[in-house]
Amino acid sequence: MESTKNWNEYILTRLIKISGYSAIIFVLMIFYFLLREGLPTIGEVSFVSLISSRWYPIEEYFGLLPLIGGSLIVTLGAALFAIPIGICTAVFIAEIAPRWARDLLKPLVEVLGGIPSVVLGFLGILILAPSLRRLLDLPTGLTALAGSILLGGIAIPTIVSVAEDALDAVPRSYRDAALALGATQWQTIWRVTLPAARSGVLTAIMLGIGRTIGETMAVMMVTGNAAVLPIKWNSLFLPVRTMTATIAAEMGEVAKNSTHYHVLFFIGLVLFLISLGINIAASTAVFKQHMRAERILS
Amino acid sequence: MKIVITIISILLFILLFSCGQANETTPGSSNTSQISTIVNKGSDTLVNLALAWAEKYQQLFPNVEISVTGGGSGTGIAALINGTVDIANASRQIKQEETQQAKANGVDPVEYVVARDAIAIIVNPENPVNQLSIKQLSDIYSGKINNWKEVGGDDRIIVRLSRETNSGTHVFFLENVIRLGDPNNKTLFSTDTLLLPSSEGITAETRDNPNVIGYDGLGYVTSDVKVIAVGSKPDGPFVMPSAETVNNGQYPIARDLYMYTNGRPTGAIADYINWIMTTEAQTIVTQLGFVPIVKP
Repeated sequence: MESTKNWNEYILTRLIKISGYSAIIFVLMIFYFLLREGLPTIGEVSFVSLISSRWYPIEEYFGLLPLIGGSLIVTLGAALFAIPIGICTAVFIAEIAPRWARDLLKPLVEVLGGIPSVVLGFLGILILAPSLRRLLDLPTGLTALAGSILLGGIAIPTIVSVAEDALDAVPRSYRDAALALGATQWQTIWRVTLPAARSGVLTAIMLGIGRTIGETMAVMMVTGNAAVLPIKWNSLFLPVRTMTATIAAEMGEVAKNSTHYHVLFFIGLVLFLISLGINIAASTAVFKQHMRAERILS
Repeated sequence: MKIVITIISILLFILLFSCGQANETTPGSSNTSQISTIVNKGSDTLVNLALAWAEKYQQLFPNVEISVTGGGSGTGIAALINGTVDIANASRQIKQEETQQAKANGVDPVEYVVARDAIAIIVNPENPVNQLSIKQLSDIYSGKINNWKEVGGDDRIIVRLSRETNSGTHVFFLENVIRLGDPNNKTLFSTDTLLLPSSEGITAETRDNPNVIGYDGLGYVTSDVKVIAVGSKPDGPFVMPSAETVNNGQYPIARDLYMYTNGRPTGAIADYINWIMTTEAQTIVTQLGFVPIVKP
């Protein structure tokens, strides 16, 4: 009896260990694959060509800057749009809304998060882009802005859901203490609850941004995919082409092991490194918060 | 809940049963008559059409097996020269050096025009422009003309729409319109050309936006956009695309699509090529957005 229990436990701990390590192994394998397929680019395309501003792969123009710029501007726009709305919604649901509204809102937000991005893309093409064009008097509505708004919409449920959990985990006594000291509800939220939940809220933002930079389908449908370098002041209101849309649109037809194929993997590598960078930056920020909090407490 | 489970299990049972039946019948029918195989390879423009034909033909004649692959016109013709395929698909005519190579290999390429492909230029119905010359189209798409008033329209910025670079239509448009059919011309699409991943994307934006100009295969054009007459010379005549004007060669942005065989084919291959020329097969041509050679 005792030995079977031990045996079970042995198997279970091993299984859990394997699943834990498998995450690391998968990331390493993906990274290795990207390197293997993408690095030949450096030998095949000159560096000058890679940092030129023209992307037209069927005639051997492999300038990556318009694509990187396109992804950055769309992601930045989405962040500007999603972070304030997402956090305000999370604060409302966690702190202000009455019990019944909260029980209704939280599942609704999660349903919103489950809408496939293709469906959002269709809404974008048929409703968002035409209304943006009319409202702002643009030449076309298929712009970085349309992509940003859609991506914001995709990131908001993630941000709300994770940030709300973090706010919810702040002990009741913190709020009671603040209110007892004479703080208003707003002061309590802004000075006590939000800072206490800071690392969770930061994780929420990070996950939200992570979703936006990797999102493909919706972006491909509404940003117009014109590989223009977004350096003008009104670039947000012009069409752009993102890295993800480029890979998705071109990978299907490209001949294996051609230069174009390697460059597409190289773009994947750049994308991977950018999101790795975001992750590292965010976790260092969270880590620094901890250090400071610990110092204050001691 | 119980009812749902019952329904699901019944459905599953039916599914299993029907699968089993299908598996039993297929080998039986294939044993009764001998199978002839046709290998068909080439142009990516033609690949969907060739697949649709093959699918239909195999339904009609279950004793013929047709394998269709893409890879490009050049690949298809090279395979025909090497004798690895029975039929090569091409969206261009065979080149002289390819014919010479073929002759040297003892292959005699015979040409069939199996369908035609035409590109329609579309704008929003509100746009007053009715006709454009190929030169004007080239200047618009390469970024030399940026306002509709330069070609007789309203004072509006021109928004250029195109299919993605992987589409055969994109390459055809680049070579025959933007580069005016001149192989030494290296003009490119203007960088701010919107590359849309689908015909539906182009149609939706054209329907809605009075600033845009777009192009697409003639068969994909819907009735809620305006088709523009195109002239090969700057002073006309300007021709609207239709099955008729494409077939009599008046519409300038059109090309023939070819199949090549080694010598005059016999047996199954001859039957297949003859069937492609029938009204039935040419109806599929229309459905896929190409122009049929026989009027359906």
